[in-house]
Amino acid sequence: MSDQSIAFVRHETLPPSPPPASETGIVKWMRENLFSSVTNSILTLAALYGIYSILSGSMPWILGGIWQAPSLQACREILAGDSAGCFAVLTERWHQLIFGFKYPQEAYWRPTLAFVLLIVAVAPVLFANLPRRMLILTGLYPFIGFWLIWGGTIMAPLMGLVGFIVAYMVFQRLERSSFAMGALGGLVAAIIFWTLGGYVSDAMSGFLALEQIPSRDMGGFMLNIILGTVCVSLSLPIGILLALGRQSNMPIIKIICVVFIEFIRGVPLITLLFVANVVLAYFLPPGTTFDLILRVIIMITMFSSAYIAEVIRGGLAALPRGQYEAGDSLGLDYAQSMRLIILPQALKISIPGIVNVAVGLFKDTTLVSVISMFDLVGMIRGPILASTEWNGVYWELFGFASLLFFIICYGISQYSQWLERQLATDHR
Amino acid sequence: MTSINDPKPESFQLSQLINDTRYRSYTFQFVALIVLFFLVGYLYLNLVENLRTAGLDISYEFLGEPAGYDINQRLVEYNSQSSHWRASVVGVLNTLLVAFVGCILATIFGVTAGVLRLSNNWIVAKLMAVYVEIFRNVPVLIWILIINAIFLIALPQPKAFKSRGGNPPEAEMLWDSFAFTGRGIYAPKPVFETGSWVVVVVFILSIIGMFAYRRYTKLALYAHGRDLPRGWPSLAILFVPAILVYFVMGSPIGLEYPELKGFNFKGGIWARGSFVALTFALAIYTGAFIAENVRAGILAISKGQTEAAAALGIRPGRIMSLVILPQALRVIIPPMISNFLNLTKNSSLAIAVGYMDITGTLGGITLNQTGRAIEAILLLMAFYLAISLGISAIMNVYNNSIKLKER
Amino acid sequence: MKKSVIIGALTVAGLAASAAVAGTMDDVKARGKLNCGVTTGLVGFAAPDANGEWQGFDVGVCRAVAAAVLGDPKAVEFVPTTGKTRFTALASGEIDMLARNTTWTFSRDVDLKFEFTGINYYDGQGFMVPKDLGVGSAKDLDGATVCIQTGTTTELNLADFFRSNNISYEPVPIETNAEAQQQYLAGACDVYTTDASGLAATRATFEDPSAHVVLPEIVSKEPLGPLVRHGDNNWGDVVRWSLNALIAAEELGVTSANIAELSAAATNNPEVNRLLGTEGNLGEMLGLDAEWAKRAIMAGGNYGELFEKNIGENTPIGLARGLNAQWKNGGLIYTPPFR
Repeated sequence: MSDQSIAFVRHETLPPSPPPASETGIVKWMRENLFSSVTNSILTLAALYGIYSILSGSMPWILGGIWQAPSLQACREILAGDSAGCFAVLTERWHQLIFGFKYPQEAYWRPTLAFVLLIVAVAPVLFANLPRRMLILTGLYPFIGFWLIWGGTIMAPLMGLVGFIVAYMVFQRLERSSFAMGALGGLVAAIIFWTLGGYVSDAMSGFLALEQIPSRDMGGFMLNIILGTVCVSLSLPIGILLALGRQSNMPIIKIICVVFIEFIRGVPLITLLFVANVVLAYFLPPGTTFDLILRVIIMITMFSSAYIAEVIRGGLAALPRGQYEAGDSLGLDYAQSMRLIILPQALKISIPGIVNVAVGLFKDTTLVSVISMFDLVGMIRGPILASTEWNGVYWELFGFASLLFFIICYGISQYSQWLERQLATDHR
Repeated sequence: MTSINDPKPESFQLSQLINDTRYRSYTFQFVALIVLFFLVGYLYLNLVENLRTAGLDISYEFLGEPAGYDINQRLVEYNSQSSHWRASVVGVLNTLLVAFVGCILATIFGVTAGVLRLSNNWIVAKLMAVYVEIFRNVPVLIWILIINAIFLIALPQPKAFKSRGGNPPEAEMLWDSFAFTGRGIYAPKPVFETGSWVVVVVFILSIIGMFAYRRYTKLALYAHGRDLPRGWPSLAILFVPAILVYFVMGSPIGLEYPELKGFNFKGGIWARGSFVALTFALAIYTGAFIAENVRAGILAISKGQTEAAAALGIRPGRIMSLVILPQALRVIIPPMISNFLNLTKNSSLAIAVGYMDITGTLGGITLNQTGRAIEAILLLMAFYLAISLGISAIMNVYNNSIKLKER
Repeated sequence: MKKSVIIGALTVAGLAASAAVAGTMDDVKARGKLNCGVTTGLVGFAAPDANGEWQGFDVGVCRAVAAAVLGDPKAVEFVPTTGKTRFTALASGEIDMLARNTTWTFSRDVDLKFEFTGINYYDGQGFMVPKDLGVGSAKDLDGATVCIQTGTTTELNLADFFRSNNISYEPVPIETNAEAQQQYLAGACDVYTTDASGLAATRATFEDPSAHVVLPEIVSKEPLGPLVRHGDNNWGDVVRWSLNALIAAEELGVTSANIAELSAAATNNPEVNRLLGTEGNLGEMLGLDAEWAKRAIMAGGNYGELFEKNIGENTPIGLARGLNAQWKNGGLIYTPPFR
C-alpha cells in the first residue's frame, strides 16, 4: 500500500447550512423589529415595562374578581381585604345594564330577536356578495323591528309598510310626467293611506298584538343601539337631500341648507340635547305630550344628518365633472341623472365616511345620560351607583361599558377599513 | 305649412312654473321659502302661546342680577356677588382655556402616536395602534369619567403630604417645589420684584438676538458656504445675558413655592384636578383621531421622498421633520381643524368632572337658579357657534397659506 | 313689515284656538296615568330598585295623589328629571306634578310661577367631613375644598355661608350624588355638602360610616315639597290635600293597618270620619269621590309610615324624625284641619 494522497473531489453538493442564529427566525425578527438601534432598544424596553406594569396591576384584579354577590358589602366580605374586581354587579344588574330597568322581563326576547334580525337585515347592505334577495328582509326590517320593540298590533307597522308601497306605485304612475309630480303624488297618497290605515289599525288593535311598551321604558345598552340605528338610518336620506341642496344652484335652497348644516355642526350635541329636553316643549303646540325619546331622536337625527351631508358632499365633489356632463348629454333631467348616475357613485365613495359618522354618533348616544335618560351610562351613573347595594362600584361598571362600546365600534371600523380596501380600485 | 317659431314671451302658461326648467327653480325656491316661513311662524306662535299660558316671558335681564354662587377657577375677577353675565364670562374663559391647552396636548399626543405607529419598532407600532383603537372606539364621556377617576385614585391627596404622629408623610413633593395631588398640580410661581423688568427686557432682547443670529448663520451658509455652529451659540445668547443681569440686579425674580397650609397647598401656581383630568382626557381622546390623520398624511407622501432624502444622507429623524412632515401637513391640517373643533365641542362635557366651563355656569347653575332655560340655552349655542365659526375661519386662512401653490 | 303683520294675524288665530285648555285633573283622568317628576335617583326619596320599581318618600307622595285621583297607586308614570330639566318639564306640561326634593323659595314660587302645595320634608344644608380631619364646626373650614351637589339651592347657601363668615373655600360642583361621593371618598374634597337628609343617606352607604361625621351646623332652611303649575288651582288643591291627608292620618292615628276598619262605618271621631269620607262631602268639593283620602292613605300608609318605611331610623338612611315629627311631638309637620 502506498501513501499516496488522493485528490478530494466532492461528489455531491453540501447541504445548505442554516443561516447564523442571529440572522434567522425569531432572533432576526427581534433584531430587526425591536432592537435595530439604541433608541429602538430603549423604546422596546420601555414599552415592555409599560405593558408589564399595566398587566401586573390589572390582571390579578380582573382574574380574582367576584362574580356572585348580592351587594358591594357582601362582595367586600368575600374578598376579605384583597384587591379584586366586584363583577357581581354585572351579573346582578345584567338586565338593567342591557335593557334598562323598566322593560318587562318577559319581553326581553323581543329586543334580542330584533337585534339578531338587525344583523341579518344589515348584512346584505354591508356585504355585496350576499344573495340580493336578502334585501327584501332589509326593506321589511324597520317595520318588524318597530313591532318587536314597541309592541302593539302588527297592523300599525303593516299599514306603514303598505303606505310606502302605495306611495311607490303612485310615484311610478306619475313619474312619467315629472319627478316632482311623482314625488308629490306619492307623498299625498301615502299620507291619505296612513290616515285611513290609522283607523284600521285602531279598530284591529288586538290583531297579532304584542304587549305595548312605551318608549319611556327603554333603557340600558338597548337604548344606545336603538338611538344609534334609528338616527343613522333616518339621517341618511335627509343627509343626501341636504348635500344635494348645498350643491344646488338655487340660491335660497342653498342658503337654507348651508345655514342648517353649519349651525348644527357648530354646536355641541349636548346643547341640542338640552334643547330637546328643556326648550323644545315650548315650541310645540300647547298640550302636546311629546315623548322625550322621540324629541331626542329628532335632535340626534338633525345632528347626524348635517355630518352625513358633509360626507356626501365630499363624495359628490370627488366625482369627475364628466359624470355630470354625461348625464346632461344623455338628456336626463336633474332627478334622473342624480338617481341613475351621480348618487350611486357618490354614495359608494362616501360609505367609509358615513360609517365613521355612524360610529361617532353611536358613541355620542351616551350623552343622553346627561339629560336624565337611562342609557347604559345613565343606568350606571343613575340607578345603579345610587342604589345602596352597589354604591361605590366604579371600575367594573365603566370597564364593562367601555368594553361593550369597544367591541361594536371596533367591529364597525374594521368593516369600514375592509370596505375601503374593497373599493380601492386604483393600483398603487 | 308649419314653421318653427320661437315661443312668444306672452304665451306664458302656469304649467311652465313646474315643467319649464327656466322657471321651475323659482317655483321650488318660492315654495321652500313659504314652507320655511310657515314653519318658523308656527314654532314662534307656539312659543308665544306656551309662554303666555305659563305666565313667562323671554328676557335677558337675569344676566345683570347677582349670580350668588362661587366658581373655583376664575381667570377674571369674580365673586358670588357678581352678575350672571360675569359668571358666563368666567365660564367662557374656562372653556377657551381647556380647548386651547387641550388642542396643544392633543397635537403632541397625536403626532407622536401617528409617527410612532409607523415606526419600524414592532412593539411600539403595535402599542400605538392599540392606543388609537381603544381611544377611538369608546365614547368620550366614558373616557372623561374614567380618567378623572384614575387621577383621583392614583394621585395622593394633600393630607398625604403631612407627617402624622412622627410617621414620614406618605407622599413627598418633587424637588420640594412640585406637588402632584388629586386636587391638582402645584408648581412654583415666579415673583417679580422691583428691578425685575430689566431682566425681562434683557431676556426678550436675547430671544430676538438668537433669531437674528440663526438668520445670520443661514445667510452665511447659503451666501458664502460657511457652516457656522448654531446649537450652543443660540443657547448662550438666550441665557447668558439674562443670567448675568439677573445676578447683577441682585436676584429680583424669586420663586413662590407651594406649601401645605391647613387643608390645601397654598402659593405657587395651581392647575386644578378637574382641569387637568378634563384636558388630559379630551387631549388623549382627540389625540387618537389626530394620530390617524397624521398616519394617513405620512402614508400619502410617496416613498420616493424618504428614499431621496436618505440618498442625500439625511438622518432618519430629520427626514421625518424636514422632508416628510412639511409635505404631509397639507393632508393633515384640514382634518386636524375639525378635530380641534370636536375637542372644543366635547369640552362641554366638563360638568361630568365638575369643571366650570360655560355649560357648567351659564347652561348649568345659572339655568338652574334662574329657570331661564330658553334664554340660557340660546346664548350657549350662540357662543359655541361663534367659537366654531371663528376657529374654522382662522384655520382656513392658515390652510390657504400653506396650500400647494399650483402654477 | 309684512312679516310682522302676518305673524300678528297668526298669533290671534293661535290665541283663539287655545282658549279652552282643559284642567290638569281632567287631563290626568283622561290619560289614566299621573305623570310625576322625580329625581334620577336619590335613595330613600326616589330611586328605582333592583326590580325597576320606583321607591321612596317622594314617590310615596306621587302614589298617594294617583290613588286619590285615579284610584290606583300604580297608575303613575315616573319621569326622571335633573335639576336643570325639572322646572321646564313642569312648566311645559310634560309632568303634572313635581315631587323632587325641591326647595320652596320665593323666586321659584313667584318668578317661575309654580305653586308649592305643601312641605313633606323639612331639610337643611349640612356638612360632612372625615372624622380624622378633626373639624368640629363648619367655621373651621377656612381654605377647605368643598364638594357640592349642584342643581338645587346648595351652591347659593354655601356661598352665602362662607361669605357671611368671611372664610374662603374652594367649591367643586358635581352633578350626581354618586360622583360627588366618589370625589369625597377619594379625598379630592375635605367636605361634602348637600341637604342633611342626603348626607345621611350617602353616609349610610359608606364602607365605614363611623369614619365620617356630619357637622352640627345646618346652614339653610330647605323646606322640600311637591309643586304644580300656577293657575290650575283645582289641581293644586288635589295635590295639597292629598299630602295633607297623609299628615292628618298620622295625627289622627289612621294607619294602613286600621284604615279598613275605621272607614267601614262612621267612628266617634268626626275628623276621622270627614277625612275618610264617612261624613261630609269633602271629596266632592275637590271634584273627587268620598273615598279619595282613604285610597291616598292606603297607597303607602300615612305620613309616619311612609317616613319609617323609606327614610326612617330602621332603614339604611336612618333619619330621625326631628323637625319632621308631628307638631304634637315637637316637630313642624302640621296640617290645616279637614273641615
